[in-house]
Amino acid sequence: MTEALFNQAITKWMEGTGQESTYVISSRVRLARNLQGMPFPHALSTPLANDLVQQVKTAVVDDNDTTTEPLYFIDLKKIAPLDRGILVDKHLISPQHAEEADGRGLLISADESIAILINEEDHLRVQSLLPGLQLDAAWQRASSVDDRLEAKLDFAFNERLGYLTACPTNVGTGLRASVMMHLPALVLTNQASRQLNSLAQLGMTVRGLHGEGSEATGHLFQISNQVTLGRSEEEIISNLAVVTRQLIDQERLARHMLQKETQMQLEDRIFRAYGLLTSARILSSQEAMSQLSYVRMGVDLGLIPDVAPAVLNEMLVLTRPAFLQKAAGREMNPLERDIQRATLMRARLLQGKHTNTHTGGCCHHHEE
Amino acid sequence: MYCDECKKKPAAVHITQIINGEKSERNLCEDCARLTHKELSMAFDDNFPINKFLAGLLGYETPTADAALNLAFGEPEKCENCGVTYQQISQIGRLGCDQCYEHFHDKVEQLLRRVQGSARHTGKVPQRTGGAIRRQREIQGLRAQLQRLVAKEEFEAAAKVRDQIRELEKVVEMPSGE
Ligand SMILES: [Zn+2]
Ligand SMILES: [Zn+2]
Repeated sequence: MTEALFNQAITKWMEGTGQESTYVISSRVRLARNLQGMPFPHALSTPLANDLVQQVKTAVVDDNDTTTEPLYFIDLKKIAPLDRGILVDKHLISPQHAEEADGRGLLISADESIAILINEEDHLRVQSLLPGLQLDAAWQRASSVDDRLEAKLDFAFNERLGYLTACPTNVGTGLRASVMMHLPALVLTNQASRQLNSLAQLGMTVRGLHGEGSEATGHLFQISNQVTLGRSEEEIISNLAVVTRQLIDQERLARHMLQKETQMQLEDRIFRAYGLLTSARILSSQEAMSQLSYVRMGVDLGLIPDVAPAVLNEMLVLTRPAFLQKAAGREMNPLERDIQRATLMRARLLQGKHTNTHTGGCCHHHEE
Repeated sequence: MYCDECKKKPAAVHITQIINGEKSERNLCEDCARLTHKELSMAFDDNFPINKFLAGLLGYETPTADAALNLAFGEPEKCENCGVTYQQISQIGRLGCDQCYEHFHDKVEQLLRRVQGSARHTGKVPQRTGGAIRRQREIQGLRAQLQRLVAKEEFEAAAKVRDQIRELEKVVEMPSGE
């Protein structure tokens, strides 16, 4: 289990399955929970933090309950910094959680779709991460893991304010739901900023993937709820789903328009991107991400056969620095990484051309 | 009226300060008020919105033309459980423990209205802890009913309600782990 966790890029959310997987790459639900009477992690001493990690581990791993999905414990201070980087790249833990490993822990399911981060900003962060648009399913799964924890641990809960969290922006439901969307046509038709800015009025936060600034890498956007108090979990989830569906409609329209009005230019861009990724010998992370976006659109529009959506998702992660170095088995300078990235990209994109079997991954799950 | 500080520009801000129980009132122009404000709020990083919210609640609002600044000073209050002061909370934008929510109750509720637009949870209630809360609510309701029945001298019905309350109280007192 642990071997695949650190050696394979592919994880549940990358399957390319689930509803609307053309536009929605993954759905995530995160619940913030804390234990009664204990200082929050930022104010917790390391010995107490380690006790808490043990307490949580005992509650859900050592209970020998065979009726529930097994969770595996990972002591973050016992794994190499590079392996922590891999967990970050797979979107399984936050960068903050990887930084200070002492007194922190991770519980994870075999398919990596459930993760419990111990002593991140809150004592517990229950996360459910699924491919495609599956917010309801993600909420149900996170909630049942929450019940399982609550059966053994005393949660900080207040009748008026709900679940109490370290930061007041999470109090109440402690719920942050998000979708990662691929919206290239909205960007190309200059509608993205207007569409996405209007979401703020609806109580949604928009960020680019690996988001610095408004320019989203690879036309990938993460949309999440802002408010956690005063609404039920179901309301929060369904509001986000409604917004997501509206964006899907807009993106679909924009793609039709691009195809109708500027078909040759669109095809040119897509095939140039494909040509670049299958030929380049040196490839920066930024270039890989932005060109992958066009190749993805080409696959969606049926212009590029032989490339599975799961491979595209996998490449988002496999081309990150931590993974490249892990695969090479050593630390690499930026140029070495760019060369390794180009080599890997060519191999992955071209492999579907010759054979349908994948190497190194576990990609025989494109049907559900 | 001119500014108490520079005596040049018109006073725009009325400041009430309470220091060691002594109340002092001053009228300042916008510039002098901003300067005073800066000294008082050095500890807060204005770039961090949560700090702004929290700072605002402490009375360290950015001065505006007709704003009244009410600054209260005294012994810093500490959470009995974790020892964190409200100033520390506003500096890092996080509370120290769950009991800080009770301890700094009023400030936190104001803050929540601002960041969340509401200060009332309507979502999931935990099974174990939440079960007790539900039962307590039920007991409160029954106690009110009992009083009404006694007042109306309907003793038979009142006895039934009293038994119900006793049943519920038994469950509440039971150790958790149902
Ligand atoms: Zn002045
Ligand atoms: Zn406290």
